[in-house]
Amino acid sequence: MRVIILGATSAIASAAARLYAAEGASLLLVGRDENRLAQAAADLKARGAEAAEVAISDLGDPVDVEQRLDAFVRQLGGVDHVLLAYGILGNQGEAERDLADAETILRVNFNSAAAWCLATANIIEKQGRGTLAVIGSVAGDRGRRANFIYGASKAGLEALVVGIAHRFADKGPRAVLIKPGPTMTPMTEGMNRKGALWAKPEQVAAIVHARAYRGGPVAYAPGFWRYIMLIIRNLPSAIFNRMEI
Amino acid sequence: MTRFEPADVRSWGNVLQAEHHAAFPAWRDQLPRIVLSGRQEGRALLATGLRRSYGDNGLNPEGGLIDMAGLDRIISFDPQRRLVRVEAGLSFDALLGVIVRQGSFLPVTPGTRFVTMGGAVANDVHGKNHHINGTIGRWVRRIGLMRSNGEELELTLESDPQLFSATIGGLGLTGAITWVELEVLPNESAVMDAENIPFDNLDMFFSLAAESDNAFDYTVSWIDCLAKGASLGRGIFTRGNHAKTGSRLPGRGNTKFTMPLSLPRLCMNRYSISAFNSLYFRNGKRKAGRQNIPIYQFFYPLDSIGRWNRMYGSKGMYQFQSVVPPAVEKDATKEMLKTISASGQGSFLAVLKTFGAVASPGMLSFPRPGTTLALDFPNHGETTLRLMARLDDIVLEAGGRLYPAKDGRMSARMFKAGYPAWQDFAKYVDSGFSSHFWKRVSQE
Ligand SMILES: Cc1cc2nc3c(=O)[nH]c(=O)nc-3n(C[C@H](O)[C@H](O)[C@H](O)COP(=O)(O)OP(=O)(O)OC[C@H]3O[C@@H](n4cnc5c(N)ncnc54)[C@H](O)[C@@H]3O)c2cc1C
Repeated sequence: MRVIILGATSAIASAAARLYAAEGASLLLVGRDENRLAQAAADLKARGAEAAEVAISDLGDPVDVEQRLDAFVRQLGGVDHVLLAYGILGNQGEAERDLADAETILRVNFNSAAAWCLATANIIEKQGRGTLAVIGSVAGDRGRRANFIYGASKAGLEALVVGIAHRFADKGPRAVLIKPGPTMTPMTEGMNRKGALWAKPEQVAAIVHARAYRGGPVAYAPGFWRYIMLIIRNLPSAIFNRMEI
Repeated sequence: MTRFEPADVRSWGNVLQAEHHAAFPAWRDQLPRIVLSGRQEGRALLATGLRRSYGDNGLNPEGGLIDMAGLDRIISFDPQRRLVRVEAGLSFDALLGVIVRQGSFLPVTPGTRFVTMGGAVANDVHGKNHHINGTIGRWVRRIGLMRSNGEELELTLESDPQLFSATIGGLGLTGAITWVELEVLPNESAVMDAENIPFDNLDMFFSLAAESDNAFDYTVSWIDCLAKGASLGRGIFTRGNHAKTGSRLPGRGNTKFTMPLSLPRLCMNRYSISAFNSLYFRNGKRKAGRQNIPIYQFFYPLDSIGRWNRMYGSKGMYQFQSVVPPAVEKDATKEMLKTISASGQGSFLAVLKTFGAVASPGMLSFPRPGTTLALDFPNHGETTLRLMARLDDIVLEAGGRLYPAKDGRMSARMFKAGYPAWQDFAKYVDSGFSSHFWKRVSQE
């Protein structure tokens, strides 16, 4: 198994990488922080990865995506799974006032991610097998005042990944979007994180890893979010708009 | 993450229930900012691991905690030189998953594998093989230590004998241990050659221990602390060695069930505990003899029920672990058991073991030659504290000491009597670190 992880220092990606390492996979860790990537690579090798290479790249910049992805695939000697795990939460309040902030959230989470997804889709379609796994968010299911810019970027990503899965239907390759609920990661630092709805990155990673091998194009993580979001999506606006959620 | 946020923090015994602030770093490069922000906010800090310590040496309600469990990477593993270097938050559980299949084992392990390397070193933990291998501190070759000024030191016994010795068993007070280099041992299989021997009283325990310590790497006993009279100190003696052959795969662990929530306190009374102990003893008698058993089952029987501490209900439990020197070990142990069985405040988990003479570099290391007795008591408030105060007196008179990892209430007097090196140790305490435990025992 050869796996490219885009945004390999994120908490969910780190935990997923360990599951791949335990299977003896060869990993390419892509991100910006050379030091942290090197630490993660050493750990993954000790935990059983056949190989753990690193590549330094600013993934949020949607320029030369195809060339960069080609180089990653060559560095790894081929690819079976691509896991796209980077993203930024941003600050909703500031992004509403300063549109440049909003643009950054959309560019990183949607524009650049879409480019990596499309480039990956072309590669795995050509080779007739492989998986594109992408981390989305339950925030994409219905815009709420607290984070709808981030939510919109993830909603867009969902339409894109589901569309790629449709394009692959009845062919070999797969595309899957995993939608975590609130998770205890550095991204959510500073929020009130008490309560039973908060998941650990390991829980989410187990679903990411399993879904890279089998299952439909959309998965909630943990699975119960599917039912919660079913209700939230179907609440009439008259009720939804009066709720503090 | 680099700021301190309100966090639900409890020690394993769950007696002290106070609001905490904690930071959750995911990378070592975040630590300097964390300690410096602690200093700016005027918080005395304390690093913690998986909080398997029972009492309050891992709690610090007035300051800030650095939860190290996210720093859980393996830095390097060299099976040939048998050296493993890991970040302080790596659990023994995760480490075993990596080294056992490659033919190595930990030189020392406590009775649960859900402890971190940093926590194990800071308490200088011991295992069933103390009489052979001593404590974990003897196997530590190198330590990374973050001081409150944001500086990271690299310590060895040769380069910094004092600070190295203060940090081993130093209860987190010399700074945050960032990484540890440990020597591991060769081990061919994930199977143990074990033997259970029921014994009817304390004298039999001591003769079994004397006869076993040379031939067996691991020895430990469970005892029925509610038995009285002629049966005082009856129990099951377990001894074992690593099997020479057998699979190297440790399996996926032995946790079969996790306690979902705290049981009502009612469940913990003298009748249920006495019934449990009798049943356990009879069951042990039935299973007496030699057996090959999987490694995790031998070392970590308690891990078979996740979060079993919740059995003790919302008021939690105290643990009491003492060691008394060889000259008086028989009398003092008998005296303690009599006091407990007369009080009727029993314990599910009473453990007896003889420690050997292998010394640790740790200044505040708990083990010393003699006999150690460990028990837990459901927290019934005053009556429980009174019982433990009576046990304190026995230990004090015997010239023994209590284990800080298990303690939630020992007096400053008790601590200072048990650890005469404490004043020397105090010189190496980082002024930016503290704990609930340390505030109590270092006061006048
Ligand atoms: C079921 C069970 C069985 C046990 N059996 C044994 C046994 O057989 N032998 C034995 O010796 N102990 C035993 N213990 C106790 C346990 O081994 C120790 O309490 C151990 O230190 C817990 O490790 P932890 O990672 O949970 O540390 P914590 O409990 O979180 O912290 C322990 C201490 O270490 C400090 N600390 C933690 N991490 C760091 C760091 N990175 N840098 C500096 N200081 C740090 C803390 O401040 C605290 O003082 C047992 C505990 C349980 C629950």
